[in-house]
Amino acid sequence: MSRIDEAFADGPAFIPYLAVGDPDYESSKAYVEALARGGADVIELGLPFSEPVAEGPTIQGAVTRALDAGMTPDRYFEFVEELDVDVPLVCMTYYNLIYQYTAGDDRREGPRPFVERAAEAGIEGFVVPDLPAEEADPLREACDDHGLDLVFIVAPTTEGDRLDRIMERVSGYVYVQARLGVTGARGDVSGQTDEALARLTEWDVPKAVGFGIKTGEHAERIVAGGADGIIVGSALVDIVAEGHEANRPVDEVAADLEAKARELAEGAAAGYAQRVPEPERT
Amino acid sequence: MSTSKFGEYGGQYVPEALMPAVEELTDAYERYVRGNEDGFMDEFRRRLRDFGGRPTPLQRAEQLSARYDSEVYLKREDLVHGGAHKLNNALGQVLLAKYMGKERIVAETGAGQHGTATAMAAAHLGMPCEVYMGERDINRQRPNVFRMRLNGTEVTPVTAGRGTLKEAINETMRDWATNVEDTHYVIGSIVGPHPFPRMVRDFQSVISEEAREQVRERAGRLPDSVVACAGGGSNTMGVFHEFVGDADVDLYAVEAGGSSLDVDEEAGVAPNSASLSTGDEGVLHGARTKLLQDSDGQVMESHSVSSGLDYAGVGPELAHLVDEGRVTPATVDDDAALEAFHRLSQEEGIIPALETAHAFAFAHEHPDELGDVTVINVSGRGDKDLESVIEESAERDLDAAPDMDAFAGGGL
Ligand SMILES: Cc1ncc(COP(=O)(O)O)c(C=O)c1O
Repeated sequence: MSRIDEAFADGPAFIPYLAVGDPDYESSKAYVEALARGGADVIELGLPFSEPVAEGPTIQGAVTRALDAGMTPDRYFEFVEELDVDVPLVCMTYYNLIYQYTAGDDRREGPRPFVERAAEAGIEGFVVPDLPAEEADPLREACDDHGLDLVFIVAPTTEGDRLDRIMERVSGYVYVQARLGVTGARGDVSGQTDEALARLTEWDVPKAVGFGIKTGEHAERIVAGGADGIIVGSALVDIVAEGHEANRPVDEVAADLEAKARELAEGAAAGYAQRVPEPERT
Repeated sequence: MSTSKFGEYGGQYVPEALMPAVEELTDAYERYVRGNEDGFMDEFRRRLRDFGGRPTPLQRAEQLSARYDSEVYLKREDLVHGGAHKLNNALGQVLLAKYMGKERIVAETGAGQHGTATAMAAAHLGMPCEVYMGERDINRQRPNVFRMRLNGTEVTPVTAGRGTLKEAINETMRDWATNVEDTHYVIGSIVGPHPFPRMVRDFQSVISEEAREQVRERAGRLPDSVVACAGGGSNTMGVFHEFVGDADVDLYAVEAGGSSLDVDEEAGVAPNSASLSTGDEGVLHGARTKLLQDSDGQVMESHSVSSGLDYAGVGPELAHLVDEGRVTPATVDDDAALEAFHRLSQEEGIIPALETAHAFAFAHEHPDELGDVTVINVSGRGDKDLESVIEESAERDLDAAPDMDAFAGGGL
């Protein structure tokens, strides 16, 4: 059982996302650690790429701030090594950075040097939004050799053969995209989620729903509807962005993130309680 | 089935939400474009003729022929409706979207030529259309913005990055990912995920089909060289395609050398757009190709005086043909392109697009490479560029330019 599997073993997993280095290295570390204190079960750490085509304006802004502040793949791995958290970490990035990475004298091309370095730094898995199952075998093999998970996204449009291709390659969890489009917090949570979950009932990998989740109530509803986990990015990045713009002290923003994380984790737990009947008292 | 790769290049690197659309498009491409199902290609060719004004002439350029002491022929894509080769592709794709039952068109544009071509094709075929354009490019190409609006297209400014083509493509992909069920993305060059690079090349290869016939008729033989400018590379592959099998015909892809071929890694900026000449293999906008990137794999902002060449990537097929040694990449800097713009306007009575001017500047700098018979692709006309040319020329000391300060000051 991988550490990511364990995170889903008892109860729903709350999976927050932040872009590493947003708005700067040190603040970003405080923010990620705050999420862990707030009840994160897995954390998705975004490695900023200059062309974040799957992201909406919120995360695009975070990525731009982090890049402007000097984030690079090597700095990212140092960040992961320095983090003081005890939850499995998933690296969320785009394929070009994985493909280009060379470590020191290691000039080999392709995903292997990146995966080796990530494993050494303590990463447990990857989400790569621009790498569909069709192009993913080299990364899948490198992950297998290092015991890392490779998470795939299932979109509302994903059907038929594509579902099978993803099912054959996915591990850790499947990222169920709750609605079409790009990332971003929403006031409502789409009914496309239920349909997507229904298509995946046979899959024996945990199903984590993301895209648009903003509140504890959303989390509750989605977990009550059958999700094994929730992924929340933009609603948390918004807190970082607003704190940055208002020049607020890092520990205050961290406290807000921790509180928001707790709200979401508790919402997920409440949703789970509605699914699992209370054990009978004797 | 046509493969998704050109050697190592190409492929389909897109968010999962787009994969079903890319598969649906691949299927439509195989059936309608390659298989002529329901007479699609017949209708496309009829509309290219009646609406688009094809075939375009192959004109012998008298001054250039005398100057270079060789037969120089111009393939006049500037005479296609709208003023650039871009219509060949836009018309093909909007028509295909109609055959596929799509209800809305989105597109990105750099120079605005692809945007206007798409806007015209959409109006012609009765489809609503939205075009994303970098803010910087909107300022450089205002006549085209106005033309798109006149055709009923919505033009949406993109402010991210430097506000050029790369960012406009990102934004259009986001729109497509949101509205994928009823929307077709008319990509403007031989870039993007499969099947776009092949499909766009197929629509553009009408240029070389005509040119190959015309040059044989006029010169009695195949050319020694074919020259075209390369941004994404659609006019390039369009005029090269039918000559690729003719081993004796040299193919020159002329990129924007910008202000310099050096890069500022720290700033993440390349002062050029020469991805074939100086780029490294990587993944951008759905395809593995050659691109301008730093050592970490972050894509660099590019530069060119011509917005249509101002792009960090290039079509995967061209990248492959360059590796194979079949296509020779070359660069021409901003100053030389502007000189060529003025020279051609005065000597041949043709005001070329700034993109196209790069191809002429190459001929001027390398007359020995041309051989006895040359075809230069006039990818588009320069009306859209007049404001930029006044501004850019006034900043430079150009031999061929009239007194630009006078224009800039409003007088003559
Ligand atoms: C006239 C003209 N030529 C060339 C180009 C470059 O595109 P491509 O390399 O795809 O032909 C453009 C792009 O906008 C253009 O408008």
